[in-house]
Amino acid sequence: MSSEFPATTFPRRDFLKAGGALLVGLTFAPGVGAQQPPGGAIAGPFTPDPEQLDTWIAIHADNTATIFLGYVELGQGNSTALLQIAAEELDLDMSQVLAARVETGKSPNQGGTNASASINRGGPRIRLAAADARQALLSRASERLGAPVERLTVSRGVVSVAGTPGQTVTYGALIGDRRFDVPYTGKAPVKDYRDHKVVGASLPRNDIPAKASGKYVYMQHVRVPGMLHGRVVRPRGQGAYGDGARVVRLDADSIRDIPGARVVRRRDFVGVVASEEWNAVRAAQQLRVTWDQPESLPTSPAALFERMRAAKTIDSVVMDRGGVDAAFAAARHVVSHRFDSPYQIHAGFGPNCAIADVKADSAVVMCSTQGPYATRAKIADVLEMPEGNITVRYYEGSGTFGRSCYDDVAQAAAVMSQETGAPVRVQFMRWDEHGWDNFGPAHTADVKIAANADGKLVAYEYHGWQHTWSVTETTAQLAAGRAASEGQDGRAQSLTPTNTGEMYALPNWRIVNHRVPGLQGYFKGAPLRSPLDLAISFGAEQVVDELAYLADMDPYIFRRQNMNGDRWLAVLNAAAEAAKWSPRKAAAALSKSRVVRGRGIAVGTHLSSYGAAVAEIEVDRNTGVIVAKRMYGAIEAGQIVNPGFVENQISGMLVQAASRMLKEEVTFSRTNVTSVDWVSYPILRCSEAPEVFPVVVKRQDQPSTGVGEEVIAAAAAAIANAFFDATGVRLREHPMTPSRVMSALRRA
Amino acid sequence: MATTLTVNQRTQSIDAAPDTPLLYILSNNLELQGPRFGCGLAQCGSCSVLVDGVEIRSCVTPLSAVAGKSVTTLEGLPAWYAQQNRLASAPELHPLQQAVIDEQAMQCGYCYNGQIIKGAELLSKNPQPTVEQIRTAMNGHLCRCATYPRMIKAIQRASRAMGGGR
Repeated sequence: MSSEFPATTFPRRDFLKAGGALLVGLTFAPGVGAQQPPGGAIAGPFTPDPEQLDTWIAIHADNTATIFLGYVELGQGNSTALLQIAAEELDLDMSQVLAARVETGKSPNQGGTNASASINRGGPRIRLAAADARQALLSRASERLGAPVERLTVSRGVVSVAGTPGQTVTYGALIGDRRFDVPYTGKAPVKDYRDHKVVGASLPRNDIPAKASGKYVYMQHVRVPGMLHGRVVRPRGQGAYGDGARVVRLDADSIRDIPGARVVRRRDFVGVVASEEWNAVRAAQQLRVTWDQPESLPTSPAALFERMRAAKTIDSVVMDRGGVDAAFAAARHVVSHRFDSPYQIHAGFGPNCAIADVKADSAVVMCSTQGPYATRAKIADVLEMPEGNITVRYYEGSGTFGRSCYDDVAQAAAVMSQETGAPVRVQFMRWDEHGWDNFGPAHTADVKIAANADGKLVAYEYHGWQHTWSVTETTAQLAAGRAASEGQDGRAQSLTPTNTGEMYALPNWRIVNHRVPGLQGYFKGAPLRSPLDLAISFGAEQVVDELAYLADMDPYIFRRQNMNGDRWLAVLNAAAEAAKWSPRKAAAALSKSRVVRGRGIAVGTHLSSYGAAVAEIEVDRNTGVIVAKRMYGAIEAGQIVNPGFVENQISGMLVQAASRMLKEEVTFSRTNVTSVDWVSYPILRCSEAPEVFPVVVKRQDQPSTGVGEEVIAAAAAAIANAFFDATGVRLREHPMTPSRVMSALRRA
Repeated sequence: MATTLTVNQRTQSIDAAPDTPLLYILSNNLELQGPRFGCGLAQCGSCSVLVDGVEIRSCVTPLSAVAGKSVTTLEGLPAWYAQQNRLASAPELHPLQQAVIDEQAMQCGYCYNGQIIKGAELLSKNPQPTVEQIRTAMNGHLCRCATYPRMIKAIQRASRAMGGGR
């Protein structure tokens, strides 16, 4: 089992005590210069000072470097890719750079590892810090070797004087064991992208060998001495977020026969602890609790969408360009439809897990958060303890794909440790994870788009309804009595020009966001990989396809003449080329066979990059089963640090998009969520997975943007469009399950 | 109450309630990191181990059911492979573990305990599986990161490395 600091961990405090580091960091003060990237490290109390260079990089006496990242490894490879950037600028070999475990108080606060931010926002900072470090090291080397900086070259951290063999000094000898005390300038020269050797290479991930052999320490493996095993006890499946959950009666005697098991209760928070894990699991299932379960949920999925549309929404016109109404009135082809998208679950493969050790005036919490500093604040809230007394230490869990219930489980462990006075490890059961997740919110839309006789888009109008994301975690609600609360409208939780229409050149364009009050009969919401984008593309890209059909045009050719700029056009072309797309009108050759085939194309984005996809599917007209056979996904995300990682992300997005489009939907009764495991919430299986063909469109001269979410929307919509090509019928709600397919085919 | 079982070729006595699911014994008593909790319902394959060479779900298998049997976890796969193939010594990794690394197949990797255990079972029974046979055999092992295509490639690569397949 893991020790507290495995080999990959570098305890900063001890290191500083030993005086052993070149510590280089970045400053994020305004006015640093034009190359200063947006976003970045957040200064604050109990946070390593981003103005201090030693927040970012340490060079050791053995000529290796530790890089302090604020972003966490989630299985996407960022802890390798960010090291590639550092190694490149420092002229170190990849074997000489190591990422420190992310921990509050030791790691910089760069905000959450979300919105595909690691390379996008984190990359430039590491690059500039490494460049500063290199320059400072060269200046010292110049003194030591008695040669001007211009004559110095570096390889694997060994500085040499050009033309003078044998005259060398290592980084470690120059600085290891001493502090550098050089401020970050943000102005040290960085390498020209054409000189990159490490950046842009498909190097293997650092974490995979240990993951393949069983040596990797996931959060679920961590144990600490004297620890109790805890489980939460809640209704099977959440009810309405605004209602919380209320205990009517709790029978502590009902677990009396289980050795060592006892109830931990604070207000309406109920858990059990035991020294043996199986006893905690049994006790959580056996404990008799009667809950007040109001019938606040809609009577059906259809009623959910009606409730959203009938709600007293907060409406905002996000975009109103040109004269939309007049353009529709004058247009040759107008298509207008409603689309519905369900709640979906993050459904991490290993339920979230945390260990908390809470003392009278301090606490250590180990968990799999995407944002250790944000989690620290949430822990402080439930413990009623100053943030500075709390340490949150990151351990990777299973892929989270957004804000699943990792903060909830961390708060639960903290509360249970505070109540019992012992370290407590809480792992959610599968029904906790599925049933009490912060779901990707449901979305309903009215989409109306028009084209002229030449197939040029002339008007686009999108009305979307959804609630925003929950702020209060369930444990805070139940244990601390915190009221349910929601986030503000913001990028990714409401409609924006970026996610709604910007891929097309639109002379007349209107977007209206209808914010639904999410505390009145809805579920907890949170960003789920590519939040909102899948739903938006599902509607908008189908309507664009229908316009192509009305204009008697191939859907790829139709899009090609409407794309907004060269970068969109390039990624669309890349997907079409990969699929060897030959132009023809969709649904031009409908077959009467039992199994019919179709292909679809679509574009989409998340916040910053360009995505396009082609799907080839089969539909069994007797059973309604859709199988995605082959999927092609293209991304353009500026400079690519590791093409292999990006291909892996694209592949995963294509298959996951198929899963979300064909299978995934939260189900519920009037009182509770009822999709609480892999049977009631099926996801795509191996036998159903499409062959995938990822394409990375490289623009190494451009800043890097995100790659973790940017193809989902295109891939999902491509499947929807392929269904029309195969059947001549449109599906306007997903998932595209056999029963939906059969009723749509019958209606046609 | 003590139960005798063999885990990764080491026979030991386990003092635990006989109805305890094997997974908790492996994780807590034996501190193994291969099998891991995913659902507790035998739905996902995260906890898979081999018992006498057959893949089972340790989250629903009581300790008493494996008494006297031979359990192989991800950690013990190289030695199990050596035994199966009468090799003089165990390789560092099972060929499928190596293939997973070579293909860079996984993302978070949490499910790969089960993917590798099930894939190793398949290759031991059928050294040259077709893609369809691979898909069928692996169908009970879910992957939320949706890395199925690369996992299939890894099994094909391992098959080639083991002197089988195409």
